[in-house]
Amino acid sequence: MTRDELRQALLGVLKEIAPEADLSRLAPDAPIRDQLDIDSIDFMRLLIGVHEKLHVDVPEADYPKVAALTGLLDYVDARLAGGSAQE
Amino acid sequence: MPALGADMTAGRLIAWLKRPGQTVTRGDIIAEVDTDKGVIEIEVFTSGVLEKILVEPGAKVPVGTPLAVIREAGGTPAPAPVAVALPEGRARVSPAARRLAAELGVDPAAVHGTGPEGAVTLEDVRQASGKGARGERMRQAVAAAVTRSKREIPHYYIGHTIDLGPVTTWLAEQNRDRPVARRLVHSALLVKAVALGLRDFPELNARWVEGRVAPIADINVGLAISLRDGGLVAPALHHADRLSVDELMASTLDLVGRARAGTLRSSELSDPTVTVTILGDRGVDTVYGVIYPPQVAIVGFGKVVQGAWVVDGGVVARPLVRATLAADHRVSDGHRGALFLAAVADRLREPGRL
Repeated sequence: MTRDELRQALLGVLKEIAPEADLSRLAPDAPIRDQLDIDSIDFMRLLIGVHEKLHVDVPEADYPKVAALTGLLDYVDARLAGGSAQE
Repeated sequence: MPALGADMTAGRLIAWLKRPGQTVTRGDIIAEVDTDKGVIEIEVFTSGVLEKILVEPGAKVPVGTPLAVIREAGGTPAPAPVAVALPEGRARVSPAARRLAAELGVDPAAVHGTGPEGAVTLEDVRQASGKGARGERMRQAVAAAVTRSKREIPHYYIGHTIDLGPVTTWLAEQNRDRPVARRLVHSALLVKAVALGLRDFPELNARWVEGRVAPIADINVGLAISLRDGGLVAPALHHADRLSVDELMASTLDLVGRARAGTLRSSELSDPTVTVTILGDRGVDTVYGVIYPPQVAIVGFGKVVQGAWVVDGGVVARPLVRATLAADHRVSDGHRGALFLAAVADRLREPGRL
């Protein structure tokens, strides 16, 4: 999966969590939760969506690393490349 | 047409999902109705055979109007006479959409249809008019409910700061080894503690109807969910006191997802017996709730913050949350409310037993 495909996949998950959001205005380096007004339940839904679609399970200790879109992208990219993605 | 909220007076039938002659079982979703809370799936409350449909798609009928006749197994159908506005069929624009278009001053021929075969739907007309989008209609429903609440219900407000140290430690331990889909967040434990606490305070899990309190046996916690387009819903977590924390978490994820997607079910909107609102995600310390009539209590939680807490005479930093109760003073007094909040705090001291 190319980086752009990965980005589209993550935006697809976000669109399911926040269908009313205009994702074209999402700043890649600012926290997703603040920008899209995502609460803790929606954040769980986002991570569950990432797990379902991309088979990467982000452990609780790594939540700070995936706060912004770029961080999430880097994280998932690295996990997929490293072959250490959990099921 | 079920009442799906304190101030719902009518609903518009959108589609039947069962045909006459089909067998239906209690809990089946048989129709979709357009309300000020969005499109709601209507569940059937009895089992039998769908004998006759009384309200055609497109028709708007008052709450209480029979929608269909269901013949119970071995029984005879109850006659349910009702005046029904039957839509005259004209291609591409339903009579309901045409009427709405007239109300909103929209030319239906100029509206882009997104329905089957390009049919113009009610939503298309609303979109074209720029009026009545879901958020705006919901805002009106919320306005009606809270206005009635503040006009009729003498609220009292009390608060209780709870040490969430045990809960936070327990959650971290649990979540460390759980896959993401099975991880828990605070809210599941808070809701469970409230639901269990209500067992001993039936006057807070009740309705105020015609000047007297009517306790309700089931504890269905309405979870306040703020929709980002301006709406607010509080659908039921049915029998929250009897669900495990894991079940509550799964139900919460499901409920939030469907609230955002606009596919809540009728029973979820009509059944809550109390409301819980958790507003800590945006830094709120204390929630002063407005009761959703005819309920008589709403429990609020603010942000979990590290704060100074005295343990054994020494000050320590602990994760604290402010729990509040807004309750109907006609039904209960502050003293009972205080005992209830203390009971919730007690439950949260032993999260493993929730």
